[in-house]
Amino acid sequence: MTQKSKIDIKGLNFYYEQKKVIKELNLEIPENRILGIFGPANSGITTLLRTLNRLSDLTAGARHEGEILLDGKNIFAPDVNLTELRRRVGMVFDVPTPLPMSIFDNVALGPRMGGLKSKTDLEEKVETSLRMSALWDDVKDRLDTPAARLSGGQQQRLCIARVLALEPEVILLDRPCSALDPISTAKIEESLVQLKEQYTIVIAPHTVQQAGRIADRVAFMLMGDLIEQGYTQEVFSFPKDKRTNDYLTGRFG
Amino acid sequence: MKSFKEKLTERVFLLIALSTLSVLALITVFIFIKGVPIIAKVGIINFVFGMKWAPSQGYYGIFPMIVGSVSVTLGAAIIGVPIAICCSIFLAEFAPAKLRNVFRPAIQLLAAIPSVVYGFWGVLFVVPMIRKFLGGPGLSILAGSIILGIMILPTIISITEVSLLALPRHYKDGALALGLTQWQTIHSLLLPAAKSGIVAAIILGLGRAIGETMAVIMVLGNAVALPQSILDPVRTLTTNIGIEMGYASGEHQQALFATGIVLFVIIMLLNASAQYITRKR
Repeated sequence: MTQKSKIDIKGLNFYYEQKKVIKELNLEIPENRILGIFGPANSGITTLLRTLNRLSDLTAGARHEGEILLDGKNIFAPDVNLTELRRRVGMVFDVPTPLPMSIFDNVALGPRMGGLKSKTDLEEKVETSLRMSALWDDVKDRLDTPAARLSGGQQQRLCIARVLALEPEVILLDRPCSALDPISTAKIEESLVQLKEQYTIVIAPHTVQQAGRIADRVAFMLMGDLIEQGYTQEVFSFPKDKRTNDYLTGRFG
Repeated sequence: MKSFKEKLTERVFLLIALSTLSVLALITVFIFIKGVPIIAKVGIINFVFGMKWAPSQGYYGIFPMIVGSVSVTLGAAIIGVPIAICCSIFLAEFAPAKLRNVFRPAIQLLAAIPSVVYGFWGVLFVVPMIRKFLGGPGLSILAGSIILGIMILPTIISITEVSLLALPRHYKDGALALGLTQWQTIHSLLLPAAKSGIVAAIILGLGRAIGETMAVIMVLGNAVALPQSILDPVRTLTTNIGIEMGYASGEHQQALFATGIVLFVIIMLLNASAQYITRKR
């Protein structure tokens, strides 16, 4: 591929206790593009995303082999600062995860904990982030209300804003629209397409159609194996592997 | 339609449940019937704020004991609450499963030690240490606070830990994904989110402290006077009843029941506020 790669996964194996959930995975994630990783449940996609910012460390019994290079540097190296890694590689989860505080504080929490103290800077940061995630107009008059009062779609855009406020380089989204209605989904997809100008985005879409709408490249995973990857149009129109074809045409999954 | 047998079972259970309630009602009514006349006679202000307690001369002022109860309970809170909260944070957030499985039952065991044993340990160990290193009689507010501070640990720890563990898993994931350190996650997110549970835990712990009798009788010295320092002996509301009920009669006995009313009201207020706070979340 001609595009510079942001993340380079080399020979990744991942285990929970004795169970191998990712098998010998090699994958390059291009910079400033949207990569969609799709596949049926239990394919190891969530695990893969959580591994990219090492949230997987939190799971007891998890271990790995292989390397994940972020800008050429292995994220499993002993001198990696996890806090910094998670700021560079932000994550949005499958269900909206508003924290029990105001809308403003939800977005301001990350920067504040990262050392940004000035009130005007924080306000500016919150506004920019909310604008980028297309939520600003919905909430600008009620920033101090609890985030839990927002609708599901708004909450998820809040979570995206929260990640953006960290000025990450990579954004991981794990089925971010699975709990949302079509209109909210469309809004989020729209913001993602705009965001790829500045960020590298990895998304586990909740449907194949979503991958088709927004991803530049796609990867198909099945039972922990990476079956096929390539440009979205090519993979969708001319899948090389029979299993990819079966999945895309709805024979299983 | 429910069968007759099923209805009967339901009624029997209802009756048994009601009997526990009626015990509460009976005790309450009994205490009030016995105690109210003396309060009426002395006057509630003179009773609650009176400085002199001399039943043989007809003086029934319990203010020094209220001060005693409050100071010992506050002391217990100052000593016990920080330890308890740190301990529950450790158990809920840091401890590996193996360690937790040792810690948790061990802490529950603290609750199983009879209070007289705490008192005994206090007399033989805490009191002499205070006398030796800090001076004074040793039997003191400080001694009572230390003993009670330990006795309230299991209550506060278990409720705080439960309220921390009850927080949605995504709070922690979300915060860590935002690049917060573990400690930042705990103090800026988990503790505020669990605040109501923690406050309720503390209040319940304090209720236990203010109601404790046996252990404090043994280490407080029981003098009926306003304390000047934490090294002075005091008498609490509970110990007043515990010490004198054996020989009291007539008005004196009524005054002890009246002391019980005051204690009862304080504990009811504490429990009600704990329930109010937990319900608010």
